[in-house]
Order: sequence, then structure tokens, then C-alpha cells
Amino acid sequence: MRKGLAGQRLVAVFLAGVLLFDFPLLSLFDRPLRVFGVPLLHLYVFVVWAGLIAVIAWIAERGAR
Amino acid sequence: MLPGWLIVAASFSYLLVLFAVAYFGDRRADQGRSIISNAWTYALSIAVYCTAWTYFGSVGRAASGGIWFLPTYLGPTLAMALAWLVVLKMIRIARTHRITSIADFVASRYGKSHLLGGLVTVIAVVGTVPYIALQLKAISSGYGLLVGELDGLREGQAAADAGWWADGTLYIALTLALFTILFGTRHLDTTERHEGMVAAIAFESVVKLLAFLAVGVYVTFVLYDGFGDLYARAVAEPELAGVLVFDGTGSIGYGGWFAHVVLAGLAVIFLPRQFQIMVVENVNEQHLRRATWLFPAYLLAINIFVIPIALGGLLHFGRGTVDPDTFVLTLPLAHDQAALALLVFVGGLSAATGMVIVEAIALSTMVCNDLVMPMLLHVRRFGLADRRDLTGLLLGIRRGAIVVVLLLGYLYFRLAGEAYALVSIGLISFAAVAQFAPAVLGGMYWRGGTREGALAGLSAGFAVWAYTLLLPSFAKSGWLARDFLDEGPFGIGLLMPEQLFGLGGIDNVSHALFWSLLANIGCYLGVSLLRAPTGQEASQGTLFVDIFRRGESVPTSFWRAGAEVRELLPLVARFLGERRTRDAFAAYARSHGLSGIDQLKADPELVHFAETLLAGAIGSASARVMVSTVVKEEPLGLDEVMNILDEASQVRAYSHQLEEKSRALEAATAELRAANEQLKELDRLKDDFMSSVTHELRTPLTSIRALSEMMVDDPDIDPDSRQRFLGIIVSEAERLSRLVNQVLDLAKIESGHAEWHNTDLDMRELVQHAVETTAQLMRDRGASVELQLPDAVPTLRADRDRLLQVLLNLLSNAAKFVPVPGGKVWVSLGCDGKQIRVDVRDNGPGIPPAQQAVVFEKFRQGGDSLSRPQGTGLGLPISRQIVEHFGGRLWLASPPGEGATFSFVLPLASAASDQ
Repeated sequence: MRKGLAGQRLVAVFLAGVLLFDFPLLSLFDRPLRVFGVPLLHLYVFVVWAGLIAVIAWIAERGAR
Repeated sequence: MLPGWLIVAASFSYLLVLFAVAYFGDRRADQGRSIISNAWTYALSIAVYCTAWTYFGSVGRAASGGIWFLPTYLGPTLAMALAWLVVLKMIRIARTHRITSIADFVASRYGKSHLLGGLVTVIAVVGTVPYIALQLKAISSGYGLLVGELDGLREGQAAADAGWWADGTLYIALTLALFTILFGTRHLDTTERHEGMVAAIAFESVVKLLAFLAVGVYVTFVLYDGFGDLYARAVAEPELAGVLVFDGTGSIGYGGWFAHVVLAGLAVIFLPRQFQIMVVENVNEQHLRRATWLFPAYLLAINIFVIPIALGGLLHFGRGTVDPDTFVLTLPLAHDQAALALLVFVGGLSAATGMVIVEAIALSTMVCNDLVMPMLLHVRRFGLADRRDLTGLLLGIRRGAIVVVLLLGYLYFRLAGEAYALVSIGLISFAAVAQFAPAVLGGMYWRGGTREGALAGLSAGFAVWAYTLLLPSFAKSGWLARDFLDEGPFGIGLLMPEQLFGLGGIDNVSHALFWSLLANIGCYLGVSLLRAPTGQEASQGTLFVDIFRRGESVPTSFWRAGAEVRELLPLVARFLGERRTRDAFAAYARSHGLSGIDQLKADPELVHFAETLLAGAIGSASARVMVSTVVKEEPLGLDEVMNILDEASQVRAYSHQLEEKSRALEAATAELRAANEQLKELDRLKDDFMSSVTHELRTPLTSIRALSEMMVDDPDIDPDSRQRFLGIIVSEAERLSRLVNQVLDLAKIESGHAEWHNTDLDMRELVQHAVETTAQLMRDRGASVELQLPDAVPTLRADRDRLLQVLLNLLSNAAKFVPVPGGKVWVSLGCDGKQIRVDVRDNGPGIPPAQQAVVFEKFRQGGDSLSRPQGTGLGLPISRQIVEHFGGRLWLASPPGEGATFSFVLPLASAASDQ
């Protein structure tokens, strides 16, 4: 798994995370909008965060089989 | 408000529960039924990352800056995505080499250097001290709030004003030190693993998460009506607008955000306690797989309610009345939820103690193995070599180190603790441990790093960190003069610690991170590239970089030959204790199919085994020193180490050799090809020569034969004709013999068999003689000769007849080509002190540029074949050979329309070669 597909996938997730959590993508969601009563920025960060964790979990646990 | 005794009782009860968990964990470990050997415990124990900073500070940060508390957790999430690549490698390296701390890791990588280990230890201790102070501050202010001593705004002020003996924080620090000693240094272990402690840490991670979720749920769903309700109220308050958007105003923008993400991502790997938990305490590499997502999920869970609590606190208290760092406690207290407040305090205590325990254990291991032991080993006066059992000493050093570290934390709390919010103190520590990143990561992925490089990088980064973050933190709390901060040292504005070289516009942590990492990486790379790694560094570098390629097999030893078992065993026993050492050696013997210690042979593998055993207890550098006292042989030389250890380098060496060989072959091939070309050319020249010679011989032969036959066939030929024919035959025969003589001559000269009769000769006389000799020929052609001779020239040592031959050849050539009548020939002789020069110029038609090069070739006469006068075509080639034999040069200059000038020079000095 280390040098295989999973390793490459994890690196890709890492790069995606760096992009999603930083300027300029982050600034796109810094708007005075509220979704389900929650500011868009807060919702965005937590949803992307949870999404990344889910993808990492999928990759890591899948590789365990 | 709660009575103080209740809080103290609850706190101690909680600590006792922790201790029970730890005891249980150790018991189970001794029985071989580890309770920490599963991925969930491992992931939970990594959550020791969440300290009082997270517990109290996140809310405070959120209350002032909205989502700015998040980089501290997003960074680790991203770092954990790479953990399966990076941390796994660290775990494998640490296990193979029995590395027990990050200082050991760095020291071991760069040639087992004591100095480097000591430096890393100092950085770790100094850098972590503010972090420990943060925990003390959180506990003491939490206690103060609960008993109602403080109003929550300027917590700790009263305590700080009182004497140190009356300061409860000091006793908290000492209690924690005692507790850490009980947890971490009850006995020595070769691997520095503390199963019970890990179990307790995992337990406290659960407690702090549950406590924080409890207060979060209470604030969000009891005090308010869910997230939507909180946000709706917050939007209504214009004062709270900054919490809801990205607060890029002021000095910190997205650049600062990025810097904080990087900082936290590095810290989660390089903090001493994270290294301890993730790498040293790891039971099974596969556990890391689950931790890569479970730990980030934990971080997500503990952060969900941070903003709601911050909003709730701000809505309830407004800005500026209560320190936002204390909202988790003050909100329940304000609503008379004493039990919840106590639970929250225990959760905070849990977060703080967990951090302090692991950090102090990690630091004490480093201080003992990488700072104190090397010093004791160096100081012979201490008599370390004479002591039988050193286990007590080792434990004493570690316990002392724990107390010192906690007291330093208390000192920092007293000095600088009041000036900062919790998060700011923590970030100072993060920036300090980020200095380890270049040396560690560089060491894991780059073979070229050297000891000096790592030393220079770490020192430079640490110095810049201390100057730009640590000193300002003292200045801000009034322990240093503030002028230093506001105007720079000695009033030099460019050196202002928080705007170094005028770099402004970013927050102090990003500023310090940039400059310190710039200095660090720059020095690490620059100094490393100054020289090639030594044998030790190269072999360690290969072991670290190629750890996966080597698999699980323990590398062959650095020691060429072994020692005596009866010397090795007591050596290890002095540090580990008699019983543990015998057990370890016996297990080693069994694993090698031997019945007992008696049968062990002290081969290099056993020496290596002893060294790694010792490395666990006293650090790799010290272990190496100790083992070297009983091992006889010298360590292997660079070449041998490389050959034994580095299969890759062998392959590289082979391929290098192959490349060299193929290059050499190519060069040889090219030479052969060139030689072949030359041979072909020579062969062609020989053929040409042969055909030319035969052609030249045939012409006179043909006329001789024709005339002779005529006289044989016709005996009655008239006497006049006969006489004329005989005259022609004689002259043709002369020409023939001249030709044969010249061919032989040339062959002799070319093959080096010619005879040279050198004498001292005067060129004036020789030239004059040559002109006189050809006077008749010139007169026949109606040409006049003009001779220019200097008064005197130095004598020359050369073959008179040969040089005369050259002069005659040039003069007769000139005579052949001058126009009839009106021909003119100029002969001049000159000398410039180094060489003698002779020019023969005529006023003939000259030689076209195309032919100028070929007239010196054999049988290539000037002029076209019809008009050219008789000649053998060998005169000029022979002349050139002669001149060159004497080290001179013969050449032709013939500008169009000005006749031809043949010149030659003969050096005065080197013409004396007698051959």
C-alpha cells in the first residue's frame, strides 16, 4: 500500500486539502450567505473537512483488506 | 461557586482513576495481553495533541477571530493524510534503530552525534516550556474561576502578585511532576515504551472529548435553540460580525492562515510528545492506518461546538467583560450549573495533564539520553566506568529532568504568561518544534545531509525563533525593556524582532516562522553541500532513507569484529539491570536457535544487538560510545561500510563501472577508427606514390629504349644522328638515376635512416656558394640574381650538403619559372637572434592559391602538365623534410601577380641535433 495506489491517493487527498483550505478557493466561500442558518464559510470548512476525513478513511481502510 | 476542597478532591480522584488505568495497562502488558495494542487506542492516544489550548483556547480564539482557531486542526488533518508515507517511515526507522526520542532520531541520522542530540534536546526543552506554562495557566485560572477568586477577566493576577510560595500554580506544577514521575519512570525499558501511560492518555482523550461535547451540547441546545438560533442571534449583533466571516482584516490575511496550517501540520509530527506517542509508543505499524482518519475525525468532533460556545459566550457576556478563553467554564457557572462546570474543569485538567505527562516523559528521555549521559560519559572524574549498576542513576536523571522541565514551565508562566492568550503561547512552541522539520525530513529523504548542515540549520532556526518570538514574549510581559521591541536593539529599526529587516504586514508567528525556516533550511542545505557526507553519515543516511528497501532485517553491524560476551553482558546490565539484560540475551539466544547465553558467540550481530539494547536506555550516540569501549576492532572504513550496507550503492557502483567501461570502449573504438582512417590514407598515398614513381621512371626509359632500338635496327645511321641520340640517352639515363637517387633519399629521410653529417656552418658562405653554383643555370635562362647578405650571422650546426641541396632546389625552381628574358631572382638571408631565415623570390607567374598547398606533396609539380618544365616533383618534399629535420619550417608565399617566395627558417639552438 505504501508505494501503491493508496499512497498516491493519499498524496492526492493531501494536495486537494491544501488547495481547498487555502486562498483563493477558501475566499470564494467567504460571503454573507447562510445555509441552514449557518454561515457559508463555516459550513464549507466543516463539510470539506468531514469530506476529506471520509475519503482518507475510505482509502486507508480499503487498503487494509 | 464551588468549595475549593471539592475541586481538589475531584481533581485528585480523577488523577487516581488515571493512575489506575495506567496500572491496569502495565499489568496487562506484563501478562502479554496488551490493552493498547489496537488501532482505536492508538488513535485516541494521538489525541494528546488536544491540550488545554484546544480545550479553553480554541473558544477564545474563535471569539476574537472566527474560524482562525481552525488552522491548528486543519494542518494535522492534512499531515495525517501523509502519515502513512512519512510517519510510517519514522516508525520503521525508530523500531529498527531503537530510537526513543526525536533528539535521538536526529543524532542517529547524522552519524550518532552527541552535539546534535544535545542541541535538539535544548531546542525541544526551551521550545516546549511555554507550552507547559500554557497548561499550568489553564489549570490555575480554571481553579480560580471555580472557587470564585477571579472574575474571569484578569485571571491569575492576584496569584501573580502574591509570593511564589503562596502561588497555587507552583503546587500544581509540582503535583504534575510527581504524577509524571510515577507514570513514566517507574522502571527502565529498552524501548522506552510506557503501555500504562498510553492507556491513561487514551482514556483522558475520551474524557476531555466527552466533557467538551457536554458543554457544547448544553450551550447550543439548552441555552440556545441549536446552531441556527445561535447564528441568527449572532447576525443580529453587528459586534459579532467578525466571528462569522474570514477575518482577513488587520495584519493577518490568507498568508497568515496558510502559515498557521503549515505550522500545525509540522507540529503534529515534530512535537516531542507527538513523536513519543505516534512513533515510540506505536505497537503495530498497521494501527497507523486507522489513526490517519480517526485522529482527524476526533479533531473535527472536538471542534464542532467551538464556534457555538464562542457565540454563546459573546451573546451572554458581551465583549470585554469575560476572558473568552474561559467561556467553557464561565457559561455553565453563569447559569448555576456547578456540576457541569466541575465536569468541564476535570476535562480541562485531563487535557492539560495528558499533555504535561507525555511531554515531560519525552523531554526527560531526551535530557537523560542526549544531554546528561553524554556529558557524564565525557567526564571521567565522575567515574561512570567503575559503577556496577547505573539503572538507578538513569532513573534519577530522568526524574530530575521532569521536575526541572515543569519548574521551567512555571517560571515562564510567572514571567510571560499574563501577556498572551492561550493560543498565542502555544504557537510559540509550535514554531520552535517546526525547526526540527528540515533536519528530520531532510534526513529521511535525502542522503546528502551532513552533521554540520543539521547543526547549522537547527542553530540558525532556533536563534531566529528565540529572537523573533521568545524574546518579544518576555518584552511584552515587561521582563525586558519594551524599546527593544518597538525600536529595535540599539535603536536599529531593521532589527526589530517582530519586523525583521522591515518585513511587516504579517502576524508575529508567520513572521517568525518564515525567517526561522528560511535560516534553518538555508543553512541546512548550504552547509550540507559544502562537503560530501562521511562514512558514518553516509551509512546512517542510507539506513534511514532506504529503510523500506531493507525490509525488517537488522542491518549488518558497523563493527567489523566482535567482543567478548562476558564483557558485553555486564556492560548492558549496568544500564538495564542484571535480570532484564539476562532475559534479553536469553531471548536473543533462543531466537538464534541456541540453548542459552553460554552458547552465544560475540559476532558483529550480537554486538549490534547489544548496541541497540543500550540505545533504548541511553540513546544511540552514548550507546555507541559505551559499546566501543569493549569492542576491539576499528569500525569499518567508508568503502566497506558502503559495500556491506548499501546494496543500492553497489548497484550504482557497478553501473558506474559499466558506464566507465563503455565510455573507455567508445574512446578506444574512436581511436581505432581514426587509426584505420590514417592507415587507409597512407595506403592510398603509397599507391599514388608507386604509380607516380613508375610513371616518372617510364618516361625516360621509354625514350632511352626507343633511341637504342632505332640504333640497333639501323646500323647505317649517320654519325651525327647517332651522336645526338647517344647524347639524349645519356641525359635521360642521368635523369633516371637522379630520380632513383631522390626517391631513395626521400625514403631514407622519412624512415629516419638518413645519415646526417653535422658541422658548424656559416649560412652566408653557404648561400653564396649555392648562388654561384646556379650562376650558369641562371645565365642560360637570361635571369639575374640579386643577393642580400647581412654582415655576419651566427654559425649554425647542421648538415652542409643537405642544406645546400635545399638551397639549390629552391634556386633551380626559381630559375625554371622566371620569364625569359627579364627573369629576376632575389635571395636574402636574415637573422633575428633566434633563427636564421632565407627567402628566395622570383618574378615568375607565381603559384595559384589552390596549388600552393600541393606543391610540397610528392610528384606534384607546379604549373599545368603541358607548360611545366622538367623535374622529378620530389625536390620540394625533400627540402621540407630536411628543413623540418633541423627543427625549421619551409613555406611558400605567393600573392597573385608578384611571383613566388619560398622561405625557410632554421632555429639556432635546436639545430644541433646530431642524428
